[in-house]
Amino acid sequence: MNIRTIAITAAALGLLGYLVYRSEDATTRKPVANKVTVLYWEKWTGDEAMKMRRIVNNFNASQDHIYVKMLSISGVADKTLLAASGGNPPDVAGLWDTQMTQFKDAGALTDLAPLAKEFGIKEEDYIPGYWKLMSPGGTLVAFPTTPASTALHINKKFLKPGEVPPQTLEELDAFTDRISKVKDGKVELAGFMPAEPGWWNWGWGYWFGGKLIDGDKLTINSPENIRAFEWVLSYSKRFGVRETQNFQSGFGNFSSPQNPFMSEKVVSVMQGVWMANFIDLYNKKLPWIAVPFPLPKDQQHLKGMNFIAMDTLVIPTGAKHKREAFEFIAFVQRQDQMELLCSSHGKNSPLVKVTDKFFNTHLNPYIRLFDELARSPNAAYIPQIGIWPQMDSELKNAFTEINLGTKTPKEALDAAQARLDPQWRRYQQQVMGRSITTAEAKP
Amino acid sequence: MKSEARIAYLFAMPWILGFLTFLLYPVMASFFYSFTDFSVLRPPRFIGLENYKEMVQDEVFWMTIRNTFTYVVAAVPLSATVAIILAMLLNTKVKGLAFYRTLFYVPSLVPMVALGILWLWIFNGEHGLLNMSLEKLGMSKPPNWLGDPAWSKVTLVLIAMWGSGNAMVIYLAGLQDIPQSLYEAADLDGARLVAKTRHVTLPMLSPVILFNVIMGMIGALQVFAVPYVMFPNGAPARSTYFFTTYLFDNAFRFQRMGYASAMGWVLFLITLTLTFVALRLSERQVHYDRS
Repeated sequence: MNIRTIAITAAALGLLGYLVYRSEDATTRKPVANKVTVLYWEKWTGDEAMKMRRIVNNFNASQDHIYVKMLSISGVADKTLLAASGGNPPDVAGLWDTQMTQFKDAGALTDLAPLAKEFGIKEEDYIPGYWKLMSPGGTLVAFPTTPASTALHINKKFLKPGEVPPQTLEELDAFTDRISKVKDGKVELAGFMPAEPGWWNWGWGYWFGGKLIDGDKLTINSPENIRAFEWVLSYSKRFGVRETQNFQSGFGNFSSPQNPFMSEKVVSVMQGVWMANFIDLYNKKLPWIAVPFPLPKDQQHLKGMNFIAMDTLVIPTGAKHKREAFEFIAFVQRQDQMELLCSSHGKNSPLVKVTDKFFNTHLNPYIRLFDELARSPNAAYIPQIGIWPQMDSELKNAFTEINLGTKTPKEALDAAQARLDPQWRRYQQQVMGRSITTAEAKP
Repeated sequence: MKSEARIAYLFAMPWILGFLTFLLYPVMASFFYSFTDFSVLRPPRFIGLENYKEMVQDEVFWMTIRNTFTYVVAAVPLSATVAIILAMLLNTKVKGLAFYRTLFYVPSLVPMVALGILWLWIFNGEHGLLNMSLEKLGMSKPPNWLGDPAWSKVTLVLIAMWGSGNAMVIYLAGLQDIPQSLYEAADLDGARLVAKTRHVTLPMLSPVILFNVIMGMIGALQVFAVPYVMFPNGAPARSTYFFTTYLFDNAFRFQRMGYASAMGWVLFLITLTLTFVALRLSERQVHYDRS
């Protein structure tokens, strides 16, 4: 090999190396003079991202040694995970609460307890349900950006003057029977549909006193869950399987004027605190109220039952500037910033202390109800289990099979339990490193 | 010469490096991971054949195999037939042929995700263009293409024909390669269109058909984007849950990279076997000699 060839090869490799080095630098951490750049990947895009950016700007304006660079990233969870495995994750990532346990078990998240202590952030500052979502399995791995609670939203046009909204599930069923319209085999109006919007199909059992996991035992096919799915089935029987399918296929996207609640095809829906924002955006004239989602007559002791959830900020394992990243997270947790963010997103606050101004100026006229629901000791949330994605997938499938009439609730839930049990045992052994006794290993 | 060879290797080096880094290494790594429990962040743990054993007992795995095979069996021949018919039509001497050729090829350029969204509107059970047309034609209860498990795979098979433009171009090239003298000889023997198609066109086109069928089969075994966009979670009732969707879910939703790697290798073996079978079965039907 002559000198010229060696020189060309060396130059080519050098150029390649330089490009790899600079591309990382250019796309991620272009430094701001004399400041540590904290890279923040966020799932939000559009308006929601813009509102978060205001908080980031407030932080940056308050700083002389940290600069937070926020990037909206699609598929943020997968990318964060892969970036962490590649040793170059962002310093802060905006994820969902549904991923916390799985990510924590995978070793993808930093334990934030020591930093929280250092910054004086305490458990008592947060509404208990949200604190539990922040610390799956007792390890503090996330802090909230915006939380949510849920309630039944009713189109007021369909309530008689002075009529009290349904107080029990049985009254909701009767309300549905009274106002739904089915003409020539076509559903024209539905009082209520458990499958709309379909985001909590996994959780109807909670309304009947059920759970999906008890201790570390899966209870998918418990009598309470079967009862709940029988109630779900009663709705597809009420409207007809085919008729329900056709009716639902005509629904537009959630975030559009064709949303079935906004377009007045479905009179009442379970929705989160954010719904007021969307109503304001797509059908301002819609007269609506929000009430706690009714419970069956025999489950009234579960008063305050609703689903809570939240968007989270985490520091992935291997982040380069953990302390600075936490300084930013702590800033977001300040009451003024948190209320600014939550009110702009149309959410309730995750903090125990809330100002009157927050309640009085909030876009959602029922914000106090949502705040109350979030604080309820009966508030429920997704099971904190690392195989949640598998469980979610199985329950979605069971829900569809039941609605289509291809399986009875018991058959569908038995099948889901049978599939999930070995997966859970394997997960405990392989991911959590727990040894399983012979008795437990038996199906 | 030696110096020239070195220069050639040097110029080929970017590709060689890319091949080694982005193809060969991941392929080899996935083979190793298929024998491990690997959740991306933790180091892989060797578990021997456990992933493969689990696959045998995994109901959903077999369901995705059935769904994928049903799709392949229906979509590949149908798409090939449509592409051949289109190519034969476009091989005639009509005005504006170039325009028609472009028109039929353009759909295959539409990105998959955009395609999925487009078809969602066409096949919508309540307001879809297709069902509205069927109702106008007198069908009182047109199928629920997206919500009924009996129709969801049919929907995807119909959509598969949308991309026939690619294959059509190849068939068209094959058709134009058939010597005109064969048709003239057939004319002298009094052969009509059907006889000419059966005894001249199809035998002469058989190598191209084999190539397209094998490529179509490989593509259909890996069907992913359109069902992923149109039928989240393999809905309804996992009737559209395909092999690659389940593989993707295992890798990225369930964080079971080891199991997903094992699935990848099983798909490779299935593809290899089917290709081999197709080649063997077609030995008598494919005519390569044009002398």
